[in-house]
Amino acid sequence: MKKEEFKDNESLELLRKSGTNILLTTVDSVINWGRKNSLWPLTFATSCCGIEMMATGAPRHDFARFGMEVYRASPRQADVIVVAGTIVNKMAPVLKRLYDQMSEPKYVVAMGACAISGGPFFLNSYSVVKGVEHVIPVDVYVPGCPPRPEALLYGMLQLQRKIETENIKSRKKRIAEHSTK
Amino acid sequence: MEEQVKTTGINEQEEYVINMGPQHPSTHGVLRLVVSLKGEIVKNVEPHVGYIHRGIEKMCESITYPQIIHLTDRMDYLSAHINNEAVCLNVEKALEIEIPDRVKVIRTIMAELTRIQSHQLFWATFGMDLGGLTCFFYGLRDRERILDIWEETCGSRMIVSYSCPGGLMYDIHPNFQKRVKDFIKYFRKTLPEYDQLLTGNVIFRERTMGIGKLSLEDAVSFGVTGPVGRAAGFSCDVRKYEPYSAYDRVKFNEVLFTEGDTYHRYLVRMEEMRESMNIIDQLIDNIPEGQYAVKMKPVIKLPEGEYYQRVETARGELGVYIVSDGNKNPFRIKFRSPNFVNLAALNMMSKGFKIADLVAISGSLDLIIPDIDR
Repeated sequence: MKKEEFKDNESLELLRKSGTNILLTTVDSVINWGRKNSLWPLTFATSCCGIEMMATGAPRHDFARFGMEVYRASPRQADVIVVAGTIVNKMAPVLKRLYDQMSEPKYVVAMGACAISGGPFFLNSYSVVKGVEHVIPVDVYVPGCPPRPEALLYGMLQLQRKIETENIKSRKKRIAEHSTK
Repeated sequence: MEEQVKTTGINEQEEYVINMGPQHPSTHGVLRLVVSLKGEIVKNVEPHVGYIHRGIEKMCESITYPQIIHLTDRMDYLSAHINNEAVCLNVEKALEIEIPDRVKVIRTIMAELTRIQSHQLFWATFGMDLGGLTCFFYGLRDRERILDIWEETCGSRMIVSYSCPGGLMYDIHPNFQKRVKDFIKYFRKTLPEYDQLLTGNVIFRERTMGIGKLSLEDAVSFGVTGPVGRAAGFSCDVRKYEPYSAYDRVKFNEVLFTEGDTYHRYLVRMEEMRESMNIIDQLIDNIPEGQYAVKMKPVIKLPEGEYYQRVETARGELGVYIVSDGNKNPFRIKFRSPNFVNLAALNMMSKGFKIADLVAISGSLDLIIPDIDR
């Protein structure tokens, strides 16, 4: 997907319509540039996708090329939470608390079929949360069971594009939306 | 002066309870350990499970036998192929089907490749837990080579779903033998590198030798299997005692130690990688010709009865127990997972050691949490 075609973001359209002034846009683009190039993920893996997430950080696929090199063990230091694996009812409150502990700006990537919709455990399972968006708001979905490391990399690059289009208005709106959820 | 000693004495009596997990980098998943500490000494470890309980056993009751294969992948995802094999062998045993030699040999090779990549990942993460980040890069670098072989043959990197009742999903790729041989050649050269990096490292030895001892009696009474049991001297290799697939036609040694500490649990895995390579060496050149699968009925129904099959995964003995009432889906299915049983011994092993040692001990058990909770 080319950058020009990236239209499904409200903020981008808003920005084009309203025609914000040059000063704010420049400041925003500087901030966004800084944010998108130092996305630190949280080490949060519940099942198989976690291994592929590790493989993404490993030499062959090398996360670090795009500024995501440091996995943080504490949610307070992390920018993005990659939900790698199934979330079950017992884990859901813990995930919510982890998300709340992260400081703004924070992003969520749902990795794998389980995090998107429950995946192979959608039918007949009594304990699986059918999609992580029931618990926390999701920015990027990466399908696959488990997704290849390349797929996760692509998802993270999409997240970077999303960050690039942010501005003060959309950021405030986003925070307000998330705090009510 | 005396008073001061007294006051510290009173403070030391208090037990301090901390919570390790569910989100903790060294519990390898979502295991929660409630640790009682006295100062820095571990007094009690209470594992809380269920943070990834997906109800696989219950789900299996409503799906057919070929579908179960795909769920077993997701239990112990580092021994995915061996899990598949366990269910397939059990179904084949119940139906009394004779499977071709080709299938047996290919399954064995795949199982040993699984074991190698699982131990490689263990080596990578164990080193990382103890502070050696280099291990992570070396281990995963070599693991990718096995994943490439799988990707060519099975179409998937990790969750292979290669076996199915009656044989294999599809035949091996024409390149398979060559690539496996290349890998073995490469890995024989690389494995000594692992030893140089970690096995002989002074800090590593200090942190693991004599830590988390498990005696033979305890290992037997807890039912601990796999590398953890074999490090304590408990000869429990299912491949030796109840040979399945092609294990009866290969020669290999069961790696046994008697010390039972963290260091020897690590050593067992290092030696097992060598043994696995020996097994593959014996089989790779003489894969028999023939069919890769037996023709099965479109709907597989097991005759009424109870069936049990055990296999040796990378972590120990996996048992699959199927109760059938003659329908296309099982009446009850139970997995005896090695990790759940090995976890039970954690409390006994880590009592009296420092909290930093707890990380080493739980790392040496090589726990896979979705296999514990299922």
